[in-house]
Amino acid sequence: MKKVLVILLLAVLGYYTAATFFDIGFGQPHFIKGLEPVKDIYLAQTVKTLKVSNAVTSIVVNFRGFDTLGEVTVLFLAVTVLGSVLYKKRHEVGERSVLFSASSIVTSGSKLLFPAIILLGAYVFIHGHLSPGGGFQGGVIIATGFLLMLLSYENYSVSHTALSVVESLAGITFAGVGLLGFLHGGTFLQNFLPTGVLNNLFSGGIIPIIYIAVGFKVGAELTGVIYTVLHEKGQSNG
Amino acid sequence: MIYFILICILFLLMIGASVYAIIQKDLLYAVMATGIISLILSILYYLLQAPDVALTEAAIGVALTTIIFVITIRNTVRMEDESDKKEKFKSAVK
Repeated sequence: MKKVLVILLLAVLGYYTAATFFDIGFGQPHFIKGLEPVKDIYLAQTVKTLKVSNAVTSIVVNFRGFDTLGEVTVLFLAVTVLGSVLYKKRHEVGERSVLFSASSIVTSGSKLLFPAIILLGAYVFIHGHLSPGGGFQGGVIIATGFLLMLLSYENYSVSHTALSVVESLAGITFAGVGLLGFLHGGTFLQNFLPTGVLNNLFSGGIIPIIYIAVGFKVGAELTGVIYTVLHEKGQSNG
Repeated sequence: MIYFILICILFLLMIGASVYAIIQKDLLYAVMATGIISLILSILYYLLQAPDVALTEAAIGVALTTIIFVITIRNTVRMEDESDKKEKFKSAVK
């Protein structure tokens, strides 16, 4: 009886998967039969309506903005799980478990490089709608800067409460800006600000705001990951 | 043509680095080889006109993943040892 049920379930699943695949027109200009090619609409709307010069950004944040929210949520969940797995051990120890001995050249050099790395990260996510890059990339660059400081200074510490406050505020900003689109009489994450002039820094409506929020969020999360991993107490024999 | 040759060389380097990462018994060197794979991959993305993906790959693949693996190696063992794998797994579970 159980086996029959399993086979039935697999058959239903297989049928719907296959049906979806048969609807996709591989090699056709129309990806799904009977609809207009979506890439032309996106590319035309990117320049005309949204006034964003980087087409990747307009697709990631505007047309596929809900997917980006999902990605950010997945990252948040992963960081939370990592923190909850390693929390008890960190609480017991309270100090750095992984130490890398750094020479004075490394310490003074990283002190010089740290502001430049943070500036580069901020530049990448503020100019996400104008040049290649965006929230994720900028956030990771910022996390790399903190990583450099954590590796070169043994007593360098990042406040966990500050990290979580920044992370939560950025997440709330993202979701709140998305919900404001509802209030403005449209859909989730719809643009409601003036779009400005193409190629200007203040253009693209809500896209720069969302990308700045994503940048802060990703930077805080990944800094938290590195900080947690560095404070994990293990048997250090390597 | 020159781009084609460059891409071929980069592909060969990538395959070489991946083979090295698999056969190397010193895990630190293997992690460095995977970092080199990510670096070459980001150059390839840039040559194939995907600078956004190249930036992501350079930041995540080269810097963050590599350093998290290095920290993990620092916390565990450095040399891959297959003789007493079972014993180590049992003691780790306990």
